[in-house]
Amino acid sequence: MLLASNSLTNPAIGTIFWAVVIFSLFFLLLAKFAWKPILSAIKQREEMIKGSLASAENARKEMQRLQSDNELILKKAREERENILKEARDIRDKLIAEAKGRATEEADKLIEKAKTGIEKEKAKALSEIREQVATLSIDIATKLLRQKLEQTGEQEKLIDNYLKEINLNKN
Amino acid sequence: MKTRRIIWFLFLFLFGIISVSAAGAEANEPTGEKEQFDASTFILEHISDSHEWHILTKQNGESVAIYLPVILYRKGTGLHIFSSRRLTHGRVYKGFRLEEVGELKGRIVSVNEQGEADKKLPLDFSITKTIVGMLGAAIIGLWLFLALSRSYKKTGISYPKGIQSFLEPVICFVRDDIVIPNIGETEHERFMPYLLTVFFFILINNLMGLIPFPPPFGANVTGNIAVTFTLAFFSFIIIQISGSKGYWRHIFATPGVPFWLLPIMIPVELIGVVAKPFALMIRLFANITAGHIIVMSLLALIFIFDSLAVVPVSILFVIFMDCLELLVAFLQAYVFTLLSALFISLAIVKEHH
Repeated sequence: MLLASNSLTNPAIGTIFWAVVIFSLFFLLLAKFAWKPILSAIKQREEMIKGSLASAENARKEMQRLQSDNELILKKAREERENILKEARDIRDKLIAEAKGRATEEADKLIEKAKTGIEKEKAKALSEIREQVATLSIDIATKLLRQKLEQTGEQEKLIDNYLKEINLNKN
Repeated sequence: MKTRRIIWFLFLFLFGIISVSAAGAEANEPTGEKEQFDASTFILEHISDSHEWHILTKQNGESVAIYLPVILYRKGTGLHIFSSRRLTHGRVYKGFRLEEVGELKGRIVSVNEQGEADKKLPLDFSITKTIVGMLGAAIIGLWLFLALSRSYKKTGISYPKGIQSFLEPVICFVRDDIVIPNIGETEHERFMPYLLTVFFFILINNLMGLIPFPPPFGANVTGNIAVTFTLAFFSFIIIQISGSKGYWRHIFATPGVPFWLLPIMIPVELIGVVAKPFALMIRLFANITAGHIIVMSLLALIFIFDSLAVVPVSILFVIFMDCLELLVAFLQAYVFTLLSALFISLAIVKEHH
């Protein structure tokens, strides 16, 4: 057979020897100077990427947490504001109502006071008028008495007339 | 920028194979118009090992070749180192002759004064075509990966760039798709250097074998059985060294097998131990050699038909085959590494019984 006798299928000792030498050297040199640093660099980078991804994920979660916290705080603040506003409105309403009440009371009081004052003044004025009327009557009486003392007939007439007048004024 | 240009150049070079392949093969063709063209000699000359690196044969029959050093050891006369130029045309030098015909074609034999070949062959440690090719691949590999490792030292931990973005995916592929799935996350680091070395050694040699010119490209290294034997032998050693207690017990005292069956079981198991790397050796050798044979056969068609009309057809088929071989180059490197990893994983497995 052609193939059986050929060096093709018959491993030559020399080739094996050189292949062992070359391959061993190739392997030892690469293992020491290439694979070790290359594999460790690739591994380091992969770990760094893994770490970075994990920390990014953590940061994202933290952000989310903060955001939800923020929202909670905002919600609370809004509620608080609502409450405060409501309270303020209540207070205002109350104050207005109170003020209104007090003002009415005061006004009522004032009116009352004014009324009593007027009443008083009226009464005073009336009593004064009465006094004056009395003084006037006395004056008239005095005058009449004096005239009567001078003319007897006429005196009686005068007295009647005055009296009539007084009666009219009194009403 | 500079490294990128170099990588592009390499790429173009790789895909430029095809055209050069045709040209190179035609140049290789001996031009004796009168003599009958022998396709099997033409093919076997290309794929078998040789003491010279034939480049072309001139019109006048003179051949242009690189004559490689011959290193021989013969009992009695000791070590002999000389150029293979001295053995051309069947010349005898220092009692050695390079056989050109017969059973020992291509081998160097000792001859006596009468010109009769000695039955006992001298030990041949010559730097042959295969070894030059392999040496070239090792130097290219070393240059590539030492440059890669230096680039990591220079840039520190950063995103991959330059040569890193070119080689790192392949390294990560070997690690994540070959080694870790078989050997496992915890123990894979121990075997990474060997498996990566084997993968890239085979891959670079396969690819260089596809590039026909200039030397050291174009040698049929991974299609040489001595080379695949060596690689398989290294895998064999690694497997046996890392074999766990359970692995050895399975071979010499298979659990659940009655003791009287052991005399049969032990040889069977031992055959299994040897068969695994043997399969590795044959698979790589056969695949690469077959690829080279098909490409050379397609080129031989031109000379068999002795017609220029066949050239475009032949070249078209060769282009197709070269594309296929490019795939096979990666595939066989992958398969060899994968199976080595698988056999290692079978050997390091812990006992569950």
